[in-house]
Amino acid sequence: MPKSNAYWRKTRRLTFSLISVWLVITFGLTWFARDVNEILILGFPFGFYMAAQGTLLIYLLIIWWYNRQMIRIDAEFGIDDD
Amino acid sequence: MGSLTKLQRYYLYYTGGFLSFVGMLAVLEKNGMSPRWIGYSFLFFTISMYAVIGIVSRTSDVSEYYVAGRRVPAFFNGMATGADWMSAASFIGLAGTLYLSGFQGLAYVIGWTGGFVLVALLLAPYLRRFGQYTVPDFLGARYGGNAIRLVAVGAAILASFVYVVAQIYGVGVITSRFVGLQFEIGVFVGLAGILVCSFLGGMRAVTWTQVAQYLILIVAYITPVAILSYNVTGNPVPQLVYGQVLQQVTQLENRLFQTPAELEVRQLYRERADLYAQKIMQLPHSLTFERELLSVQINQLKASDAQMKDIVALERQRRDLPHDSDEARARWENAMFSAVDRSKPPIHHGEAFPGETPEERDILRINFLALIFCLTIGTAALPHVLTRYYTTPTVRQARESVFWSLLFILLLYITAPAYAVFAKYEVLSHLADIPITKLPGWVAAWAKIGLVSIEDINKDGILQLAELSLNPDVIVLATPEIAGMPYVVSGLVAAGGLAAALSTADGLLLTITSALSHDVYYRIIRPDASTQFRLVISKSMLLVVAVLAATVAAQKPGTILSMVAWAFSIAGSAFFPALVLGIFWERATRAGALAGMLVGITLTIYYILRVEFDSIPMLGISGFNMDPWFHVQSTSGGLFGVFAGFLTIVIVSLLTRPDPRAASFLKTIRFRNVGEH
Repeated sequence: MPKSNAYWRKTRRLTFSLISVWLVITFGLTWFARDVNEILILGFPFGFYMAAQGTLLIYLLIIWWYNRQMIRIDAEFGIDDD
Repeated sequence: MGSLTKLQRYYLYYTGGFLSFVGMLAVLEKNGMSPRWIGYSFLFFTISMYAVIGIVSRTSDVSEYYVAGRRVPAFFNGMATGADWMSAASFIGLAGTLYLSGFQGLAYVIGWTGGFVLVALLLAPYLRRFGQYTVPDFLGARYGGNAIRLVAVGAAILASFVYVVAQIYGVGVITSRFVGLQFEIGVFVGLAGILVCSFLGGMRAVTWTQVAQYLILIVAYITPVAILSYNVTGNPVPQLVYGQVLQQVTQLENRLFQTPAELEVRQLYRERADLYAQKIMQLPHSLTFERELLSVQINQLKASDAQMKDIVALERQRRDLPHDSDEARARWENAMFSAVDRSKPPIHHGEAFPGETPEERDILRINFLALIFCLTIGTAALPHVLTRYYTTPTVRQARESVFWSLLFILLLYITAPAYAVFAKYEVLSHLADIPITKLPGWVAAWAKIGLVSIEDINKDGILQLAELSLNPDVIVLATPEIAGMPYVVSGLVAAGGLAAALSTADGLLLTITSALSHDVYYRIIRPDASTQFRLVISKSMLLVVAVLAATVAAQKPGTILSMVAWAFSIAGSAFFPALVLGIFWERATRAGALAGMLVGITLTIYYILRVEFDSIPMLGISGFNMDPWFHVQSTSGGLFGVFAGFLTIVIVSLLTRPDPRAASFLKTIRFRNVGEH
């Protein structure tokens, strides 16, 4: 039992830290879109670029990182769902 | 080829086959094949391919019928989810919305993708490890009891039915525009297209058809804008280069927005709006006066020897006047609002939260974030998407398939803003400030069916921006013509829109059907039903719901598209709090979840109704319109519903006794796979 508790604690910590990143990117950064629009990136105003592409790519990265870490945690605790 | 799986090879052949079909049509078009027949060929060819897949995947096994036998590899489940997710509105409407609202429209792009992070981290792995069939199944098992299952079924149907009607409506629109079928016939072609795959094969057939549909829709979406991008910038990757085009758009905007002619036109629209406002204030006299004025003119003409044609025209004008004050008010208010819209200075495409004053900007900012919130939570709660993650072989593959889903969905959402910017560039550089007789050919073609309209209000013979109005759908539909491509590309776009609408409709229809046949009939009414009979019930439900949805769509309900936006708020406030707390908070109880779901849905619907409407004649209620809270629009009503749902679950759960079975259930979904294989 303690072992599975440790597994769940690790999963939960990973999940919530990534959700926090997601919150900051989605709502925090977007709040300031107007202020950062002065900066140009690839010809785009930065706020526009983030809303149209940057944020989306970060989402993909978050999921990729989560999957990668979960494989490690699963292996560490010998969890095999297959 | 050796490293590819059998499935990958099949779909590779399929894609090759489809592309050569398009190539063949291009050659035939050069040799004189008419657009109408190109349209028919696309319609016939794609729907028969879906039918073949549907028939090959027919099944009489319950697990195959509901969850495709849980044998869908992550990669393909991602593709199927992409098609499942991207609806007619994403395919046709999104680029147009982005064209009209510039930066503000990007809330849809963020919201419709951001939700998949929540699906990946909070829901998909646990639903898969639970390993049953539907979302109500999960809630029923976690909290126990039939009440919660019924509430979940109700919410699932409420959110999905409107949505499926909108898809079938979309099919009607596409077929009537491109193939020239009558709208109602188009609707029933759509119905056939849906039934050929879902009826015989359930989820199994729908999955493999959705993969095929994804391939068509993504090719159809990216091709026209890639060619347009190549024409304008010399680079065929629109997503990379439209930043520079956006800069040119900004320069054009700076030059064109404040010219004397534009200012004059906007002033004329302002005067028109004032005129309507005055007429509305003076009802009913203004209506009587207008009718009398026309009568006097007609009599004068009749007394003189005027042309019969002029008299008839005036008489028609008199006949077309509103019949009573209510109709006059509704009609004139519309005209007034449209004139007000045109009298406003246009927004700069790239400007975030554009507003004259800091307060206006903050209202836009709040609504932008509120819309993102509702769309993300709704994305993570719509049952037809969540069900897809029951279909992978393992939990690990469920996680991976969310990654693939988002990747495949991104391809479209990253392209949509490019469409909008290229279209705006075209309008600003080749339409604005041009003599009306010299406008490009696509304008006249789409004006004929009412998607583009031009009114030379200042009679100078030159098009000012405020004189042009575009229906949002026209951006994607007309891009092939704007780029000067042959009709076969337009046909391809139509086939893509059709694939987007059909695939989403399939998924939604299965969700409604399984809620009724699996959750209500099998789990509640007759748990001892044989598997054979369960399938019979499923298939008959499917038929009934599909015909019902097509019948509603054939009535052309005008409000259907705005109602789809509400589906996100409703699904989000009904499911998201109960699902997430059910997985991550052991203390959540049945009473808490039930109360939270009901409070969430009720508050959301209450908010939408009171902000959107003033009266509901059916219930005899009137005058209950209210000012929105914190300026939040009705589309984002779920913002309050979701928070209220979370709060209610927490409070009521803490007030009720802990559920002793929660711990053992959570153990199975958090650590171990107990699902059926």
